[in-house]
Amino acid sequence: MKTAEEIFNLLKAKFGDSIIELKSDKPIDLFILVNPLEVDKICLYLREEKDLQFDSLMNLSGVDDANGEKVKDEKGLETIQGGTLSVYYHLESTSLKHKLTLKVSTSREKPEVVTVTESWKSADWHEREAYDMYGIIFINHPDLRRILMPYDWEFGYPLRKDYKNPEFYQGMKVPY
Amino acid sequence: MALKTEEMVLNMGPQHPSTHGVLRLELQLEGEIIIDVIPHIGYLHRCFEKHAEAMTYPQVIPYTDRMDYLASMYNEFGYALAMERLMKIEIPERVEYIRVIMGELQRIASHLVALGTYGADIGAFTPFLFCFRDRERILHLFEITCGARLLYNYIWIGGVSHDLHPDFIRLTREFIKDFRPNLKELNDLLSYNRIFIERTANVGVLPLDTAINYGVTGPNLRASGMKWDLRKDDPYSVYHKFDYEIPVGSGEKGKTGDCWDRYFIRVREMEESIKIIEQAIETIPDGDVSSAIPKRIKPPEGQIYTRVENPRGELGYFIISDGSVNPARVKVRAPSFVTMQVLPELCKGFMVADVVAILGSIDIVLGEIDR
Amino acid sequence: MGLLDQEFTEGNIVIAKTEDLFNWARLSSLWQVGFGLACCAIEMMATSASHYDFDRFGVIPRPSPRQSDVIIISGTVTLKMAIRVKRLYEQMPDPKYVISMGSCANCGGPYWEHGYHVLKGVDRVIPVDVYVPGCPPRPEALLEGLLKLQEKIRNESIVKKSA
Repeated sequence: MKTAEEIFNLLKAKFGDSIIELKSDKPIDLFILVNPLEVDKICLYLREEKDLQFDSLMNLSGVDDANGEKVKDEKGLETIQGGTLSVYYHLESTSLKHKLTLKVSTSREKPEVVTVTESWKSADWHEREAYDMYGIIFINHPDLRRILMPYDWEFGYPLRKDYKNPEFYQGMKVPY
Repeated sequence: MALKTEEMVLNMGPQHPSTHGVLRLELQLEGEIIIDVIPHIGYLHRCFEKHAEAMTYPQVIPYTDRMDYLASMYNEFGYALAMERLMKIEIPERVEYIRVIMGELQRIASHLVALGTYGADIGAFTPFLFCFRDRERILHLFEITCGARLLYNYIWIGGVSHDLHPDFIRLTREFIKDFRPNLKELNDLLSYNRIFIERTANVGVLPLDTAINYGVTGPNLRASGMKWDLRKDDPYSVYHKFDYEIPVGSGEKGKTGDCWDRYFIRVREMEESIKIIEQAIETIPDGDVSSAIPKRIKPPEGQIYTRVENPRGELGYFIISDGSVNPARVKVRAPSFVTMQVLPELCKGFMVADVVAILGSIDIVLGEIDR
Repeated sequence: MGLLDQEFTEGNIVIAKTEDLFNWARLSSLWQVGFGLACCAIEMMATSASHYDFDRFGVIPRPSPRQSDVIIISGTVTLKMAIRVKRLYEQMPDPKYVISMGSCANCGGPYWEHGYHVLKGVDRVIPVDVYVPGCPPRPEALLEGLLKLQEKIRNESIVKKSA
């Protein structure tokens, strides 16, 4: 059983600059901010290391931070430019009974994160969902397709804060 | 010389009596043997997470009901718990007891549907009627409490919407008295039925390491032989006050983690739930049930991940608050969504007819998979 | 309609209009497509199970749309599913009827505003005969909806096209 601070120090010693910081300014859950292009190696280490044994990925969720600039285009529709999209990983060790939250942030224009399916099979559909809802590209993912929305959905990523719903889909009116 | 056969793709669903909703499976077959299964989901994607961002915190509760519509009480329970931890609200003890009673009744009701439809899936229709008979009694208990049969909006942040009905304790006692023999009847009728065992034992075996790596939780994980229950392992509410067992699969009729184990875990869990309810209705304290409900819900900035043991496994809520009256993000870690991924692993090498048995045994709810 | 109201003592001829006979036959054995969508499907299952017993109205779930007379749209129809619902309806042989069960199938229900993937009412893809309100409707409400449908069939005419 290790606390988030101890795990942070372990990771910092092993990976150096890929581990950005331990966020504890918000009152509830501590999380460790890491580099999106190194997260696969970090996760593999977290799973394999004898003192850590994070054998289960509880949850993986994409988040739109909506911290960019709000811009109105020529039609008067508001879009967000710049800023970041994030992915949160909630890890757990069923044998040592400790938990950890990782966060990666990636740019909104070119959101790219390395997949962690190598470490946990359960990441597969979670990542597909994050791709479907936020358009986050998971590099090296075995099967990155839409999962909840139809495969031919071409109107964007619905959970982004500036998403606009289409009028029609395959001849069916979408708005009320 | 072995006869060369061509692979065949068979489409199962979205309209299929045994897919428990609108699930589509693409089966790749060689003769009768399954080579691969590709699940296609999303036919019931109702945009829960978008709605949660547009609603205020209490308004999200009716939408959580509609995710896992067989365990609505537990969905509310998890959400209310997450919000209370985020806002650091102390809630009255009577409320905790009511929540546990409702949660466990809901677990029984949910398992009854799972077992009843599982029997019907593999050819035994009578248990379905028996299970629904008992489930109607539980729904009646819910109805006198909050007025709804299926989707309750009962557990609120900081309390519950109504106190228990004056007859509730008496009717619950009567229900338990009648339900115990009915459970035995179910065992005689289905669990130890020779045909049923032939269809389910040694079918769809889920090894423990695969289960953990795929994130399988709840009865399916316990059937594979791991004693893991969030009520004990990550305690919440007042579960620590009650005395109950965590049933674990032992491979009684076949290998550990086969369909029969997954089925029978649920039967035994119902017995344990009865024990919890019995203790809770005897020791429930008096008090006000709505004293802690805040007038205006505006949690501090922050993020929290809270999980509860839903009838189907670990139900997690990941809530990010930006300090306003609407959540910035609510992500639900739905147990069925995660469990569904393991289906191809379970089905490989078995026959087409076993797909129905395996799918029924992992007990999915499509509303929760697609949200 | 009084076809079998009086007891027969002798003779074996019953005179009735073909229309009445057909309608009587149709309304007394409405086979439904065994098909559930969402929460309402659970109430639909409860309706066909022990307490409410759909069978006594001649409603039996059939696994195939080709053997069915009525389709109960029990739950939220999403855009992805709408195409399949339409195809299911087209596969059913005439005469065919549609019961729209619950708010979601009627008009989108609680998902009407932000449901980017929800079809706001199944009547945008297939014609509906009876709407049953509720979220979810109680089994009694579904039974009432079925009785309404039977009443509608009873007054149908083979010669005149109704509505």
